[in-house]
Parts: sequence; structure tokens; C-alpha cells
Amino acid sequence: MMAGAVQGLLKRIMPQLVILAAALLLNFIVFPDFFHVDFRNGRLFGNIIDVLNRGAPTALLCIGMTLVIATRGIDLSVGAVMAIAGATAASLVVDGHGWFTALIGALATGAICGFWNGILVAVLRIQPIVATLVLMVAGRGVAQLITEGTILTFLNPGLIRLGAGTILGIPTAIVIWICLGAFVAFAVRRTALGMLIESIGINEASSRLAGINSRVLLVCVYLVSGLCAALAGVIVAADIKGADANNAGLWLELDAILAVVIGGNSLLGGRFSIVASLIGALIIQSVNSVILLSGMPPEFNLVIKAILILGILVIQSPKVSYIWYMLRASGPQPQPDRKTPRPHRATEEKTQ
Amino acid sequence: MIRSTHLPLIVTLVTFVLAFALCGSQYPSILSTRVVANLLTDNAFLGIVAVGMTFVILSGGIDLSVGSVIAFTGVLLAVILRDTSMHPLTAFALALVITTAFGAAMGATIHYLEMPPFIVTLAGMFLARGAAYVLSTDSVPIDHAFYDTLQGIYWKAAGGGRFRLIGGLMVVTFIVGAVVAHRTRFGQNVYALGGGAQTAKLMGVPLAQTTIGIYAISGGLAGLAGIVFSLYTSAGYSLATVGVELDAIAAVVIGGTLLSGGYGFVAGTFFGILIMGLIQTYIVFDGTLSSWWTKIVIGMLLFAFILLQKGLTWATTVRKRRATGSAALS
Repeated sequence: MMAGAVQGLLKRIMPQLVILAAALLLNFIVFPDFFHVDFRNGRLFGNIIDVLNRGAPTALLCIGMTLVIATRGIDLSVGAVMAIAGATAASLVVDGHGWFTALIGALATGAICGFWNGILVAVLRIQPIVATLVLMVAGRGVAQLITEGTILTFLNPGLIRLGAGTILGIPTAIVIWICLGAFVAFAVRRTALGMLIESIGINEASSRLAGINSRVLLVCVYLVSGLCAALAGVIVAADIKGADANNAGLWLELDAILAVVIGGNSLLGGRFSIVASLIGALIIQSVNSVILLSGMPPEFNLVIKAILILGILVIQSPKVSYIWYMLRASGPQPQPDRKTPRPHRATEEKTQ
Repeated sequence: MIRSTHLPLIVTLVTFVLAFALCGSQYPSILSTRVVANLLTDNAFLGIVAVGMTFVILSGGIDLSVGSVIAFTGVLLAVILRDTSMHPLTAFALALVITTAFGAAMGATIHYLEMPPFIVTLAGMFLARGAAYVLSTDSVPIDHAFYDTLQGIYWKAAGGGRFRLIGGLMVVTFIVGAVVAHRTRFGQNVYALGGGAQTAKLMGVPLAQTTIGIYAISGGLAGLAGIVFSLYTSAGYSLATVGVELDAIAAVVIGGTLLSGGYGFVAGTFFGILIMGLIQTYIVFDGTLSSWWTKIVIGMLLFAFILLQKGLTWATTVRKRRATGSAALS
């Protein structure tokens, strides 16, 4: 049972792993010391650690984004929520509260933002792009309201440790995103939650008829996305020791969506894999790192990302997969992929 | 008799008149022609882009690439005028051809690969912004006699207001856009597509042609907006106009166009632009409010108009259900 699940997961994330390996290999080619990891001043040092560390905000965002996209939605507001949460944490710390209060406060604001999005989508039935656009437009204004138009800087060691500190030599940000990712992936796969979310994404009306409380579930999904964004916002703020309402999390929502798409999750909802999305986030960060290490001007970053998206779009497109299917079917000897044993497929059908 | 499809437009108009009257009662000088002329000049590029966005949203799509295309056009023009001896008019034509082709390519991708417009135009946004970066990361000043001539053209109204060329260009774009949307076959096809792709196909609407045309128009108008923006700022900068696509979408929605497509008016978008400009003008006049209030107020307006649209759609479904007497599910 467990072995089958692991095998299934491996099969699912294989394309992403291959791309990640290729990206890492490119890194290695342009910078042979890439995989070198040191232990200095009680902390792990190395380029690969940097990739994991710098990828933390995107990775955190894409955990929530995967769930939202699986319900056939999208959350454009995560970047703005990051700014709001970072501003909340910074202003609480500046007012003399402890780092823990600040963290809870930031998470609570993130939850409120997510709840607002969820209500708009699930209760008022507004299309997700539009519903989250409202907060995306207004959110940075709200964050400015909290910081009163300045970049709030702070020196609270507890809060800074969240972004720049270490746990057992590993940077805290890495520990946070890996733990949260593992927890959420486990929670949705070991319970029926994941299946219920997928069923909403595939056909909401019929899943409601089947007795799924889609409203509550939708609100929860956006709530989780808000919480993840808040956590990412706190980490970014702690990293630069200040809350910048204008630039914190700017365009990160697009990176998060890109990570989810690279993770092979369809934007049309349905089956999802959080692990694959997380690998997608790492791929993005590795590509960034290749561009930096190779000394290519960072201007090319966006062009490369665009080409990456276009390539994935072509692969994912229903039309192309149909043509591919027809080509294979009309071949001289139809040889479907039978490397995987037949019984495995039979059990898969049974579980569906 | 007011039809429910006209209601959002009327609400937009009433909002604008009320807001203008309110501002005017507080600061009488807002009513001068200078402020009105500046309202048109300052929002010219946004207005031109919003016309294209109206077409895209009417068809049920979305175009996230326009902000980047404006920046790209600006940088392209600046670099051409700096490095070559090409006449600005030729450069304008070249920029328009490139951006229109770019939009058409996105439309073709959306139609033939059957991908959501959201993600395709997102890729386009990265591509255009990246291309702008590759051309130049610095702000390139434009110093050309022809630019000075164009900037010097204005009509001075009574009261000292200067209606400049770019403001006039925006108004012309809106008029042409309105005629195309409401008086041509292409415009009807756009509305049909927004009503539902399947139905439009059965009605005989050429889907490929219409989709590609819509995004080509949006791309081309973004290029025109880029030209206007370069005239407005006399420079090309690859980091300029970040987030303009959101302002354009907000203007279209505030103008009463349904985001699900199929309903709306180009004229509504014009008033949407004016309302957004008015908020900014009010904040400048007030002097104590910070500029980020603009964002919050626009967000609230956006929310209010979306709620209004929802209410209307809901009312229509209820009426239809009552009329047909069918007990539909959920």
C-alpha cells in the first residue's frame, strides 16, 4: 500500500525531477563549486542551500496556491497579503510586542485576508480572478496604511531569527517551508480532504450534489492560501529586517502560479500534487541561480521564464496532447506504455 | 425604459457626476478647464489601453501583458531614436506593427492551444518586460525635435486649460472603439464570443479570426499607449507602467463591463477612467491624504461594482426562472 503510493508519487513527479536535475546540472556546469556545502559559524553555507533558502517565499506561496488552483480558482492577492502580513508583524514588534505575538498577529491578518477572498468566491460566487483582484489592488494600500507610508525597520532578534536564523544549522526559512509542505501534503493525502478538493475542481455542482460542503471547503482553501502568504510575508520582512509595503512580495504571485504550473497541475482544476509544485518552486529558483552564476545579465531572467511558461503551455495544451495521442494511436504498432505492470493500473482504476 | 444591461453604465455615469459635484463643492477650482484638460492628458495612455482591455473583457478574456507592452514600446522608441536616424513616425509605425503582431500571436496561442487567456498573457507579460530589459535597463531620454513639435500641439480653452494632442488621441480612440464595438460585425462577434464560445460557434462566428483580432487590437492599442506614454514622459524606461494592466481592468469594471464577458460599453470605460483620475485629482487637491488612498478607494469601487454586477446577474436569473417556471437545480 505504502510502497504503491510512493511509486505513484515518483511516477507523478518524475518530469519535474528531471527538469530540476537538468537545472541543477546547468548550475554545476557554469559554477563547478555549486554543490559544495560548508558548515561555518554554526550554519550551513553553500549555493544549494541558498537555492533552498531564497526559494522559501515562493515555495510557501505555492503550497496554498496549489490547493486554490486545484479547486479551479486562482489567488492573485498573495503578494499583497505578504505585504500586509509583513507590515503587521513589523508594526507589532515596533510597538514593543514580542516576536511570537507579532507572528500570531501576522498570521491572523493573513487568515482574515484569505477568509475575505474565500467569502467572495464561495458565498458571493465571484470569479476567483476578479475576487482576488480586489485585494491585490487594495492590499498594498492597506499595507501602507499599517506602516504609515514608511519602511518600518525593526531589530527584534526573535522575529529576525525567523527569516535569517538557523535551526540545527539549517536556515529557519528552509525548515519552515519543508515542514509546512510536508504537513499539508500529508494532511490532504492521508485524509479524504485532497480528494474532496479535487472533486470541487473537476465539477463543483456535482460534488455539491454528492454531499460535499463545497462552500466551507472553498473558504478553507483560500484561508490556507492567506496563511501561507502571511508566513511568507513574515519571512521576507524578517530577512530584510523591515517591512516594505511597496516591494514585499511584488510579482511573487506570478512566480507561485508559475511554480504550480511547472508542477504539472492543470489551471483548470482537478488533480494536484503539492510535492510537484514545491519542486516547481525549486526549479524557478535554480533557473534564477543559473542566470546569476553564469554572469548573464539578470535582464534575461524574465525572458527565460516566459519561454519556460510557453514551453509548458504547449506541453499541457489539450490540443497537443490530443494530436500526440492520435499520432501514437495511428502508429504502425500501437505500443502503449506498458513498463508499469498492468495490476497497478487496475488498482488505480478501482480507487477512482 | 431602462434595461438592466444599461444599469451598470448608468450607475457609472451617476457615480462620476456625483463624485465630480462633490469634489467641485469642496474645491471649486476642480471645475476649471485646466483640471479637466489635465485629467485627459494624465490618463491618456491608461485610457487608450483600457479601450483594448474593454474588447478583451467583452469577449470573456483578460490581457495581463499590456503594462509590459507599454514599457517595451517606450524603450524601443527611445533606443531607436537614440541609436538610429529613423524618423519618429517610422519608428511609431514599426512599434505598432510589432505590438499588434505580438497581440495576434497571443490570440493565436489562446485559440489554437486552447489555453486560458490568463496564463498565456502572463507569459506575454514576462516576455515583453524581459524584451524591454534586454533593450535597456536604464531610463533612456528621448530628445528629438519632432517630439517637441508633437508635445507643443495643444488647444487652449477659455480658463487656461490646455487640451493636448495625447488627450485628444485618447478621446478619438474611445470614439473609434465605440463605433467598432457597437456598429460593426467584428464588434457583434466580440459580444457573441463573450456570451459563450460554444453558442458563438454555432451562430457562425469565426472564432479564430475574432480571438486573434481581439488580442491584436489589445496589443496594438497597448503599443499606441506606449507611444503616448513616451510623448508624455519624453523617455523610455523598462520599469515604467508596472501594474497598468490592473488599473485598466479596474477602469473597465468600474465602467460597467461584466467581467464574465458579453455585456458592457466602451463609453462606460471612458467614465471609469475619469472616475479613477478624479480620485487622484481629489487626493492632490486635498494635500493631506497619501497617494496610497487612491489604491484603497479604487479597490473599494471595484468591489462595489462587482457586487452590483453580481446582484444584476442574480436578479436576471431569478426573473428568467420565474418566467420559464422551471425549477432549476441549486
